[in-house]
Amino acid sequence: MSVNVRIPTILRTYTGGQAEVTAEGGTLGEVIADLEANHTGIAARVLDDQGKLRRFVNVYVNDDDVRFEQGLETATPDGAGVSIIPAVAGGC
Amino acid sequence: MRKMRRKGLASMAAQTHTVASTTADTAVTAATAGTGSAAPVDLGPAAALSCRECGHQVPLGPVFACEECFGPLEIAYDFAVHTVADTEELRKRIEAGPANIWRYAPLLPVPADVATKPNINPGWTHLVKADNLARELGVDAGKLFIKDDSGNPTHSFKDRVVAQAIEAARAFGFTTLSCSSTGNLAGAVGAAAARAGFRSCVFIPHDLEQGKVVMAAVYGGELVGIEGNYDDVNRFCSELIGDPAGEGWGFVNVNLRPYYAEGSKTLAYEICEQLGWQLPDQLVVPIASGSQLTKIDKGLQELIKLGLVEDKPYKIFGAQAEGCSPVSVAFKAGHDVVRPQKPNTIAKSLAIGNPADGPYVLDIARRTGGAVEDVNDEQVVDAIRLLARTEGIFAETAGGVTVGVTKKLIESGLLDPTLTTVVLNTGDGLKTLDAVADIGLTATIRPSLESFRDAGLV
Repeated sequence: MSVNVRIPTILRTYTGGQAEVTAEGGTLGEVIADLEANHTGIAARVLDDQGKLRRFVNVYVNDDDVRFEQGLETATPDGAGVSIIPAVAGGC
Repeated sequence: MRKMRRKGLASMAAQTHTVASTTADTAVTAATAGTGSAAPVDLGPAAALSCRECGHQVPLGPVFACEECFGPLEIAYDFAVHTVADTEELRKRIEAGPANIWRYAPLLPVPADVATKPNINPGWTHLVKADNLARELGVDAGKLFIKDDSGNPTHSFKDRVVAQAIEAARAFGFTTLSCSSTGNLAGAVGAAAARAGFRSCVFIPHDLEQGKVVMAAVYGGELVGIEGNYDDVNRFCSELIGDPAGEGWGFVNVNLRPYYAEGSKTLAYEICEQLGWQLPDQLVVPIASGSQLTKIDKGLQELIKLGLVEDKPYKIFGAQAEGCSPVSVAFKAGHDVVRPQKPNTIAKSLAIGNPADGPYVLDIARRTGGAVEDVNDEQVVDAIRLLARTEGIFAETAGGVTVGVTKKLIESGLLDPTLTTVVLNTGDGLKTLDAVADIGLTATIRPSLESFRDAGLV
């Protein structure tokens, strides 16, 4: 299953400057593992030492914040859009 | 009408696109310059950006998240170089400064001559001794104060943060300002952009209070309603910033956030100076993203380190509305991370379901011995009317939240009514009239004394 992943500016050093890449996987966890296989180093930026999403990373699958869904177990259907976004934006 | 606005926006985006490449270049130069090469960015005592999570440092530039761990970048200062070493000298300089936030310029990421530049010059708002309210709440006379930030140029505390962002935007060469907003910030950005000569295009949830929409639109910038809640707007802006359409824009609370957020420190500075250079014992601060509370704590810590106030314990309490209480829920559950919520409250300026600085609020409330509490919409309205009735201050819903939470904290014994307490009112009730719309005329009479007597008012 192929999904489109939007890459935030601070991770584009791993994707050769690309803002969007495709990845394979039926869950978010699998998608991140596939990203790592093709863009070595990216997983350690998104996941902490225990392999969980870092607390200042927001990930959306088709507009849904995965923290409202099943986190890394969230399903990523074929053609889904995945966005990785720094959480420290906004508000005051 | 709608169509015209959209067309206007499209042409503006096209223009901005042209600007983008030069702005990006400027930004890169600025960032490199921070390391010590030619033409350094002059933001006063600001020396670098430092990650609050892992300590990783990068040069000053329009970046906001740590490239190592996604943590928030904060300003690292070199006060020794830019401020006078002697505490008394610094105190005198501040006291002789203008009656706005620029009296604290030596402690902010702004150039030393900031007061001479076109900006909205907010701050130095009233610290009101609230003895009538104190009596109602059972607080000792002379111990309760309202820091009334409705007195700022666009009637909310947001002018403080936007004023910082304006200086950073100038330093990095941006020409268009933007933000995601629950309303107050949009107005503050519109006004400051107009004064300082920037173009503005700001984004808000489409269903805000009319007062906030008009207030944001009147300054002539572009105002875009997004079909979604604040968290959707914020996410949109975070994506726009990584897209060529938004690359050349200064988003005050995204890529300029490290500079912008420092504006909230001025609340801490003013409160202490207005108390005669003393720390309050207890502060009650509203929580939206949690940035304000976090920076108030940072401001207090700086005053202690600089010797401007005596080092003594203080407690910081956070206030939320029950309908958007992710931080309060996490505090009570003993968690150190915040589970996002879908907001549903009349306190729209605090309706951030996924608060960026939530984890830091939890740390600070626990470290200082404070707490995080919430009140429901009915209690918010009651508190707005209580504050108006006792002190003549008409607060927006966020002020109802802080006053309501103060009452609740006193009743539960968490807040000590014998100690000096400062409660923040961050906005003006005229912006959220709907919250108290069920009140109005006491009587309608003919213009005669007889009619007045008949109404039973004498």
